[in-house]
Amino acid sequence: MEFSELIRTGRAQAELLRGPEAPPLRGTLCVTSHHLLLSPGTEASPDLWLLLLRSVDSIEKRVAGDSGTITLRCKDLRVLQLDIEGVEATLDIARSIEALSSLESVITSFPFFYRPKGLRLGDAWHFHPPERYYQRVARETNAWRLSEVNEDFSLCPSYPRALIVPHSVDDQALARSAGFRQGGRFPVLSYHHARNGTALLRSSQPLTGPQKRRCAEDEELLRAVLVGARPGARGFIIDTRSAQAAKQARMTGGGTEAKAAYPGWKRLHRPLERGRPLQESFVRLVEACGDLEQSMDRWLSRLEGCRWLAHVKEALSTACLAAQGMEREGACILVHGAEGTDSTLLVTSLAQLILDPLSRTMDGFQELVEREWIQAGHPFQLRCAHSAFSHARPKHEAPTFLLFLDCVWQLGRQFPLSLEFGEGLLLALFEHAYASPFGSFLCNSEKERGLCEVRTRTHSLWSGLNQPKEQRKLRNPLYALNPLAIWPSVEPQSLRLWQGLFLRWTRPPEPSETAWEKVWQIVTDSEKTEGSA
Amino acid sequence: MEHIRTTKVEQVKLLDRFSTNNKSLTGTLYLTATHLLFIDSHQKETWILHHHIASVEKLALTTSGCPLVIQCKNFRIVHFIVPRERDCHDIYNSLLQLSKQAKYEDLYAFSYNPKQNDSERLQGWQLIDLAEEYKRMGVPNSNWQLSDANREYKICETYPRELYVPRIASKPIIVGSSKFRSKGRFPVLSYYHQDKEAAICRCSQPLSGFSARCLEDEHLLQAISKANPVNRYMYVMDTRPKHRMQSWWDTQKDIGRIIVRISSKIWSDERITESDEKKRLNAMANRAAGKGYENEDNYSNIRFQFVGIENIHVMRSSLQKLLEVNGTKGLSVNDFYSGLESSGWLRHIKAVMDAAIFLAKAIMVENASVLVHCSDGWDRTSQVCSLGSLLLDSYYRTVKGFMVLIEKDWIAFGHKFSERCGHLDGDPKEVSPVFTQFLECVWHLTEQFPQAFEFNEAFLLQIHEHIHSCQFGNFLGNCQKEREELKLKEKTYSLWPFLLDDLKKYLNPIYNSQSQRFTVLEPSTVSFNFKFWRNMYHQFDRTLHPRQSVFNIIMNMNEQNKQLEKDIKELESKIKQCKNKQTDDILTKELLHSIHPESPTLKSSLCFKEQTLLPVNDALRTIEGSNPTDNRYSDYAEEFSKAEPAVVSLEYGVARMTC
Repeated sequence: MEFSELIRTGRAQAELLRGPEAPPLRGTLCVTSHHLLLSPGTEASPDLWLLLLRSVDSIEKRVAGDSGTITLRCKDLRVLQLDIEGVEATLDIARSIEALSSLESVITSFPFFYRPKGLRLGDAWHFHPPERYYQRVARETNAWRLSEVNEDFSLCPSYPRALIVPHSVDDQALARSAGFRQGGRFPVLSYHHARNGTALLRSSQPLTGPQKRRCAEDEELLRAVLVGARPGARGFIIDTRSAQAAKQARMTGGGTEAKAAYPGWKRLHRPLERGRPLQESFVRLVEACGDLEQSMDRWLSRLEGCRWLAHVKEALSTACLAAQGMEREGACILVHGAEGTDSTLLVTSLAQLILDPLSRTMDGFQELVEREWIQAGHPFQLRCAHSAFSHARPKHEAPTFLLFLDCVWQLGRQFPLSLEFGEGLLLALFEHAYASPFGSFLCNSEKERGLCEVRTRTHSLWSGLNQPKEQRKLRNPLYALNPLAIWPSVEPQSLRLWQGLFLRWTRPPEPSETAWEKVWQIVTDSEKTEGSA
Repeated sequence: MEHIRTTKVEQVKLLDRFSTNNKSLTGTLYLTATHLLFIDSHQKETWILHHHIASVEKLALTTSGCPLVIQCKNFRIVHFIVPRERDCHDIYNSLLQLSKQAKYEDLYAFSYNPKQNDSERLQGWQLIDLAEEYKRMGVPNSNWQLSDANREYKICETYPRELYVPRIASKPIIVGSSKFRSKGRFPVLSYYHQDKEAAICRCSQPLSGFSARCLEDEHLLQAISKANPVNRYMYVMDTRPKHRMQSWWDTQKDIGRIIVRISSKIWSDERITESDEKKRLNAMANRAAGKGYENEDNYSNIRFQFVGIENIHVMRSSLQKLLEVNGTKGLSVNDFYSGLESSGWLRHIKAVMDAAIFLAKAIMVENASVLVHCSDGWDRTSQVCSLGSLLLDSYYRTVKGFMVLIEKDWIAFGHKFSERCGHLDGDPKEVSPVFTQFLECVWHLTEQFPQAFEFNEAFLLQIHEHIHSCQFGNFLGNCQKEREELKLKEKTYSLWPFLLDDLKKYLNPIYNSQSQRFTVLEPSTVSFNFKFWRNMYHQFDRTLHPRQSVFNIIMNMNEQNKQLEKDIKELESKIKQCKNKQTDDILTKELLHSIHPESPTLKSSLCFKEQTLLPVNDALRTIEGSNPTDNRYSDYAEEFSKAEPAVVSLEYGVARMTC
């Protein structure tokens, strides 16, 4: 097979340093097509140390005398150091890792070879299709229908096959509307708020262009949304760009909805950071978190300078605005930026988490990620190609999904009893989004996933996570259903750096981990005693 | 009561501190002899103790009335609007008078009456017994003894009567040394580490302008070093920043000369290898004493260490800056962090923590005794000695032990609580958040070691509340002598028994009590471990807090577990009894009756009730779900309600012109 050409040296003697806490490991280092293995001497510890090559973000080699050192910076922000005997071996291993970790082909990636015991291919892939969410909506109202107009992905390559649209709008009108929206992403239902019948929609920007084009079907679609909600209902369009940026987009064929064309709808601009600046913010934060020697002032000024928490605040407050519009104002909300595949999804998914108690359960949250991120066409492959350590110039990378996870973590901190999942699940999603043995986050859209046969040839992350042995890491032992909306505080004093993620490998974890164990123990005890009493 | 002219004002508005659209509650304001009380239209009560008021400010008259801003020492800030200027003026004047008393006897503690008789009161005061505490540490012993030199406060007015000193230090030595030290605060024992046989001692700085040597002081230092059988090296920790000291040393050459001499004379018989400390000391001695005094081979057994903690004035203005920053309306994330940085507050907290860690390490790793001092030895010295002991001895991490620690290193050794907290109308330059910093350091430790402390955050906050409240006698006065003269034990009550009565509120449910006595805490002081203590500085801004409390629910679960376990045991014993009788039908009947009714509402009631996280009157800060209008993003809601502009927009005109 073609991997063997890339592997220059099969094995070498090496010592692995995994940070200040863990003891170093010595043994034979081995490069395989997808993994880096270290097998310690037989008697010391029989455990094999294993690293998915895909998770290597950057690699640095140094040779001195007749040995060498390789520093691997991983996508999950871990930093590993390998001391290898032999200069030649060091260089060969470094080259092999470099070549193998940056392979771009999807179908030769590890998920296509990963066959864990106890899991069957095809399990859990049909766990969260849009049909399932539609069934829930249909129980609540009949204002919406499931359209298969995108069956062959011809209208919109980044949407899934089936979409939920206003009942009164036919497929032909949808096709017209798709033609008027960038990438064909016409307005579709993201969340139906059963409490007052309002709807959360998402789309991409309208292609008004410098000529201020209009599209009757698109206007009709949005009118139908308001009519379907309640006679006389109002709507708000939350544009995730600044008013100026939206206006500028007209020069390149994009733009934003003209007020006159969409009666009943009002536009609000809430600029959210995206793309390059967001990636840079992430890189600078991770840099700051890696410096253990810096003074207090330097740390605080770097924390400020990277602006990450400012992005968290903006994302959360925009989501709160959308949620508040629905819950308090009884209005329908349409969210879009430019492509509608990044900050748009950030806002709609967070708004659901705030409003919908079901999305805060273990199943509900997984469904939310599947529906609002994976199937909604967030281009994971492009956005998560590199993490914070890569020296490569970022092209399409942006940690939008990580920003989402951070916001969810902030929600969980402010409402520690209201989320059924714990920090463990968020950390796992972060890791798997960047490098995973599972197929869930592969490719950029459902269409691509179909072409690569991801569903039939790889395992779903959800079936991996939902195994009983994983539960203790992922669940929140204190969860109790909270039927209310959860409104977080977005004051800077209430937001915190997510230490569990950004400082995961630099701070000694034991005290907080044993504390968490203790909480689990108390909860289990409580269940036991209740059971036996 | 003579200060109160208006006791009740109606239609007063209470503004929300963080809202940008001037949301407010309307209610009635009452002025009592001890409290300011606001009852809003929902009958929610806000009580403010007069002694808690740090400042009252009358702002410029507005159309809706006269604004009155009250800042409290517990970081509550309230903004009232009083409809009539006259009323506002009356209240303003009354509060000015009531919040600044001239005499101790007018403080709340002297009128506070919790309905206890004299013996109960006395019992309360006897709860903490420092003699008992020294016994626990293991003194007196063959090296340390109780000195009666200060029995009548003759040597040092600000020390307690009972002091522990090295056994070989005679009374003349003590008296001589005390004359050489500022305010007579000579080196005495603060904590004795039984396991390592090393000691933490404390004193004040050597007197400036004293040109001669002080043999007695040299002897006392020698005695302290000899009292440690394991390691004769000893640290002298000056908690002041080096840069301040150096400029000071330039003007105070004598001190440098003395320090160098002390060390060179006492330990001239021993040598150690060159160390950084020595080089630093050399450089300093050179600077201080000119040439000719340093002898490289000598003065090696005293190791001189500076740990830059700033003085009370720097700390006061740092806190002031911090409060200004986080009181800003519409604060952005960037302004918050740049404000946090420029206030320097966390830098100061880290400096205190670093000093305590240095102290603990000297004892644990090097087995060396340490003498700690700052200028007068009652601010930074108290911080470092108490925190150091807390790191070393797990007893101080229990509820009772923490009380003992405060009584010993802060109250008994003369931290000037009344001046630092501004209990009386006095010099504002003497006010400084030294004790608050100590509490914050302890909070940081509880964050890093969630299972090491028997108490929780609420306990720290409650103690902070009462150092300013003047409701109990413990923190009144500036030293033990003053307290005795005030007859506090006869006229006021001690705080500690009242805290113990409410113990449940202050317990850490995940405390791991099995740990050994001498498990030392080794906190990390990497910068990112220091965080803004929101629950202290925004204690009363409930919108900023988490809406649900993990502590409460775990606490409740723990208790429920205990109860259920008890029930199980009872049932099992009943089953046994019944089996003995062999009357099966009775057994089932019994069981049916006695099963602890498992309430299905229990779990839900635990979290949907408004939970109080802290034992303060109005702390309903953990409201599930809460309200979007509590939060700032709701201010955007104005945009929701803005009138729709005319449909023909300017945009169209512009568009036409461009195409």
